[in-house]
Amino acid sequence: MPPKGTDVGTMLQHIEMLKDKVHGLNVTDNHSAIMRMGSLVVCGEIARRGGDPIFQATCRDRNRLALQSDLLSADFLGIEAVLCLTGDHPLVGDHKEAKPVFDFDSVHLIQCCNKMNDGFDWAGNTMNGATGFYIGAVVTPEADPLEPQLYKFARKVEAGAHFFQTQAVYDMNNFERFMERAREITSGTEVKVMAGIVVLTSLGMAHYMNRSVPGIMVPQVLIDELAGVPKEEALHKGIEIAARHIRFCKDNAVCDGVHIMAIGKEEVIPEILEMAGLDVLS
Amino acid sequence: MIISKKKPIEDIIEALEGETKVFIVGCGECATVTQTGGEKEVAEMKTLLEDVGKEVVAVEVAAAGCQELDLKRILRKNKEATEAADVFLVLSCGAGTQAMRAATNKRVVPGTDSLFLGNVQRAMDFVQKCSLCGECVLDEFGAICPVTRCAKGLLNGPCGGMSHGKCEVDADLDCAWVLIHEQLKREAREDKRSRIHPPKDWSAVDRARRDATRGKKAGDE
Repeated sequence: MPPKGTDVGTMLQHIEMLKDKVHGLNVTDNHSAIMRMGSLVVCGEIARRGGDPIFQATCRDRNRLALQSDLLSADFLGIEAVLCLTGDHPLVGDHKEAKPVFDFDSVHLIQCCNKMNDGFDWAGNTMNGATGFYIGAVVTPEADPLEPQLYKFARKVEAGAHFFQTQAVYDMNNFERFMERAREITSGTEVKVMAGIVVLTSLGMAHYMNRSVPGIMVPQVLIDELAGVPKEEALHKGIEIAARHIRFCKDNAVCDGVHIMAIGKEEVIPEILEMAGLDVLS
Repeated sequence: MIISKKKPIEDIIEALEGETKVFIVGCGECATVTQTGGEKEVAEMKTLLEDVGKEVVAVEVAAAGCQELDLKRILRKNKEATEAADVFLVLSCGAGTQAMRAATNKRVVPGTDSLFLGNVQRAMDFVQKCSLCGECVLDEFGAICPVTRCAKGLLNGPCGGMSHGKCEVDADLDCAWVLIHEQLKREAREDKRSRIHPPKDWSAVDRARRDATRGKKAGDE
């Protein structure tokens, strides 16, 4: 997550620490509608340092002109992976009076990346040079109700998304069931799905996610597990749970990979990878 | 119905500072239904303004505040008051205030904030379901407008912010896309549930304005 400000020290440290250990580094785009340094430039820096950035681009702040512009800029900076998101509404962020754009939605952005890969802009004009994006999108396995989300997922697959990162999942059985339906929808394609693994850092965080974050469900059994350890060991328990879930997904071939989110605690990611048996970049 | 709400009286009085003779005009259509510019409200406004030392030279409630020809007729009917007036206070909507502009060169002040095109669910209970976007696609969405009723105006929803069938922005608001899917399921329209909808043509909003004025640009009298 880029800084709210110009102090890039910590972020650069995390980039250096992780860039050779993982297949991709996601950089968020004014996440939660909170203004921060731009994803485009941070991704460019990751690419410059030899890492593999995933450029998260939302439709909240830019119209189709600006989005396409930024996509071409991304290509220039050596960015290949683009994660196409709708974006959280300004009303949930720290600039509530901002005008929401949403000229495109995530489905259009996926389609647009494909068009640009074919050498055309959205309006159908032939471009001087095509992009080569690896196009990503998101899906929420614990959406309630789930059915509309599955239709949305199908539209994104049809629009030509190459890979998906899921919203955080904590119930592996639910996730397995979801993946069965997802595989039906992606059958016949090369689409990859990565499970979203968000590290629980405290009992409070688990309760907060259940209460306030859409599409996330931390089951009671995990809450009990967290409650069963002293406060200062909660993070370690969270790391253990994350590693366990990653192992489960890998051992049971539930999905094609994982997207690990340790917001504000990026330094624990190497430990999680080790515990999950994913230490070596293969 | 155009839903308007009264501007705070302090703001109106501040806007009228320096003017003494006020001609109040209300509206017998929307502003009456919303209780912002009907007979009762213009009478109340007369009292409020007189209490702060204004002279109300005339009070009229137009049949419809946006009818420019009718407003011109009203001013002709009240020739002396029209001539004496320093300022016209319009209790209507933004269309009504600007219709008054078409009828006079004197100062015109709005007494309301125009909010939205509202459905009347019951008396004084209004909700926005249409945003006059110029290119109606309600048939695609089971007559539930995603442009208006989805907080993000998504044509391919829902978004990841949907929580237990409610909107990311307001937990009291139903997610329009959940409603749309429920309706299309009732209609057994799998095709409409699966189809990718292209982005909105925002130039259609302008195009609708041009069409309605029969080839003239907006602003031509």
